Amino acid sequence: MTNIFTDFLSSLSLLNLGLAFSGVLAGIIIGALPGLSATMAVAILVPFTFALEPSSGLIVLGAIYTGAIFGGSWSAILINTPGTPSAVATTFDGYPMAKSGNGDLAMSISCMSSFVGGIVGVICLALFAPPLASISLKFGPTEYFWLAILGLTLISTLAEGDNIKSLIGACLGLLMSMIGVAVIGGDMRMTWNISFLNSGIEIVSAMIGLFCIPVILDLTSMKGKHLSENTTPKSLRLKESFLIMYRKKFEALRGAFIGTFIGILPGAGGSIASIVSYGEAKRSSRNKDNFGKGEPEGLIASETANNATVGGGFIPTLCLGIPGTPPDAVILGALLVQGIRTGDTLFTQQSSIVYTFIFGLLLATIMMLPLGLLMGRYAYKSIIKVPREILIPIIIFLTIIGSYSIQNNILNVYFMFFFGLIGWILNRAGFKASPIVLGLVLGQIAEQGFVQAYIIGNAQENILANYFARPISIALVFFIIMGLFLPTLKRIYNRRKNA
Amino acid sequence: MKLKSYISKILAVLSLTVISLSGANAGVTNIIPFGPGGESDVTARMQQPYYKDIYNEDIVVQYKPGGGGSVGWSSLNSERSDGSVIMGVNLPHIIMQPIAKGEKAGYKTEDVNVFAFFHYTPDAILVEASSPYKTLEELMSFAKKNPGQLTFSGSGTYSANHLLTISLNKKAKVKTTYVPFKGTGAAVQALLGKQVVAEAGYSTVAAKQGSKVRMLAVASKERLPAFPDVPTFKELGYNIVSGAYRGYALPKLASKATVKEWSDRIMKINADPAFIKQMEDNAFVVVNIGHNKIDKFMKDQQKANEAIAKELGLIK
Repeated sequence: MTNIFTDFLSSLSLLNLGLAFSGVLAGIIIGALPGLSATMAVAILVPFTFALEPSSGLIVLGAIYTGAIFGGSWSAILINTPGTPSAVATTFDGYPMAKSGNGDLAMSISCMSSFVGGIVGVICLALFAPPLASISLKFGPTEYFWLAILGLTLISTLAEGDNIKSLIGACLGLLMSMIGVAVIGGDMRMTWNISFLNSGIEIVSAMIGLFCIPVILDLTSMKGKHLSENTTPKSLRLKESFLIMYRKKFEALRGAFIGTFIGILPGAGGSIASIVSYGEAKRSSRNKDNFGKGEPEGLIASETANNATVGGGFIPTLCLGIPGTPPDAVILGALLVQGIRTGDTLFTQQSSIVYTFIFGLLLATIMMLPLGLLMGRYAYKSIIKVPREILIPIIIFLTIIGSYSIQNNILNVYFMFFFGLIGWILNRAGFKASPIVLGLVLGQIAEQGFVQAYIIGNAQENILANYFARPISIALVFFIIMGLFLPTLKRIYNRRKNA
Repeated sequence: MKLKSYISKILAVLSLTVISLSGANAGVTNIIPFGPGGESDVTARMQQPYYKDIYNEDIVVQYKPGGGGSVGWSSLNSERSDGSVIMGVNLPHIIMQPIAKGEKAGYKTEDVNVFAFFHYTPDAILVEASSPYKTLEELMSFAKKNPGQLTFSGSGTYSANHLLTISLNKKAKVKTTYVPFKGTGAAVQALLGKQVVAEAGYSTVAAKQGSKVRMLAVASKERLPAFPDVPTFKELGYNIVSGAYRGYALPKLASKATVKEWSDRIMKINADPAFIKQMEDNAFVVVNIGHNKIDKFMKDQQKANEAIAKELGLIK
């Protein structure tokens, strides 16, 4: 115990505190700019951390990562554009809140939620990493397949507007997810002889186009301000947000635990976590009908979950050497270069580095709260104050920079605009962007899981058992059936009772 | 009011730093045609401090991922050819992709002006630590008795991992099932989670995973210094020496002097004992294939890979 205590003290050194502070600050800004991702930010800064002590270097990287995942919620709330795929669900209620003049409230709530999620994730990392890592190994291809299907069925529960249109949108996303060279089998699918399409649709640039361009086009054709301003005197509306958070503490914790759990599954990531959390929040909420129209509970569900994946994702990264998310992969690479071996031994032989890192992550998450609240207020006000004529070019500029920087490729920018046009037309016809993006993200996971499970089942000469007879699969299938049929059963039951 | 202007100043400085960092062009640029965190990235990162020590300038790593590297390689020849940009290249990728996809690969093997390969990761067969199979022989006899039931996880289709299982099928006269995953991480996850019987991976997996896995055989010429107890395929009677080679290329227009200069630089880092030790500890095998040996080496590799492609039915 004294050992851990000294690690805690060493993480508190002035240098480390400063590093965590600037890391979070830089991370929030990078995350808030659409297209500049946590992965890029971490990758750029890796060489600078080699000059530092390994644990200090890790603290910077962890702090940037934490900040960036939170920062993604800003663009989701203010301009309806998720900064990262994991902030898709944040747009559902964050943007409507901002539109109706509650943007400042939304910013404060998202910051507090990210804080709760981040803390829960880090605590799980510190206390339960090895046992949680072994759970993540229980997830085979079959389970990933069912998890992605679960996410897809949730589209129908969570999407705003027309249900049929959301499902059509999701199918469109699924179709687009198949473009490119198949991971399994290596076939070229729907590439139309464009070599750029070999690698498939790049999700982040598609997302920027689908979400952001329609907003910009609407903004140009609209009179008045982008977001309406509330008339109450300027404040952080801290008390109000805190009261909401306090009332929804169980919901916040639920989101955080869902996020941590899904975070430990490598490759599943924040997008599934926030969707599952949002779907669960909507299902069990009393103000179900308010979801999608600016319900703080929905915002809390999404933001607690996606920040909890940070701590969760480090669990397989540190214990198994299998990166949970793309930024984890960069950090894992940095560890390797520093000569640090991941695995169970990391927690015993090199424990001081690990615990200094975990405490650093904790510090960064704590610093995120005041920083995020202050900066969020500032960002919100500047978006409101800046006249449209200036705001629109700035956003367009950022979308271009963002989509270019993903792969350092101008073709991504063209694709972003192409998707923007499609998104705008579909939007007019009543199709929303989020089901398409979710189909695109989840389709790849579902397809790979399905085919891998089929190949393995075939080798074991029992395909059906491989899909349906594994304990976790059974649980997931049960959730899927519940999600699909429970609302209908309830309706029938209520009708009977009333009759 | 004061606080506000203070914050705005911080914001301005920070955003400038971020922009200048991302666009930093001091020194030379090393474009890795994959995402960060993979073997290409990690070894490029290991070279960074040595390069800076010797040449007193930074070598900045950039990523241009997509299409298993093909997005990067198809744009190589439009990069600056003055020696300020180099690009990572991988074998068997730059040979197998054009064979498998033809025109659609976006580049031809001979368009990639490789000037050096500096290391390779030998292919290896691994099982999870609690697996009943202690040797490759035991694993192969299981495969013989149960055709198709031996499952291998590996990264990608037509990749080095995939080709290893095909060579093994042929040489051991067995039928096995290869299950492709997206990336080495996912393939290792499937192995540790016992979703598959074994993994067709690289020696680096054994170095990373330590006591969690058992490497049954390695496809290097000689045993690896980090794993003196693991036999090579050759020792076990299978003539398989294969793996993924990693090196660098320049645009075609680069002058002969530039090519030689860069080849010398990479080979100089390769000669540093500290660098060699760092590479060997992680089960990378340092090779010194500079610009004067590259033509013959590529020719041999082309022949070997074409033979495998025939086996696969990719060419007739």
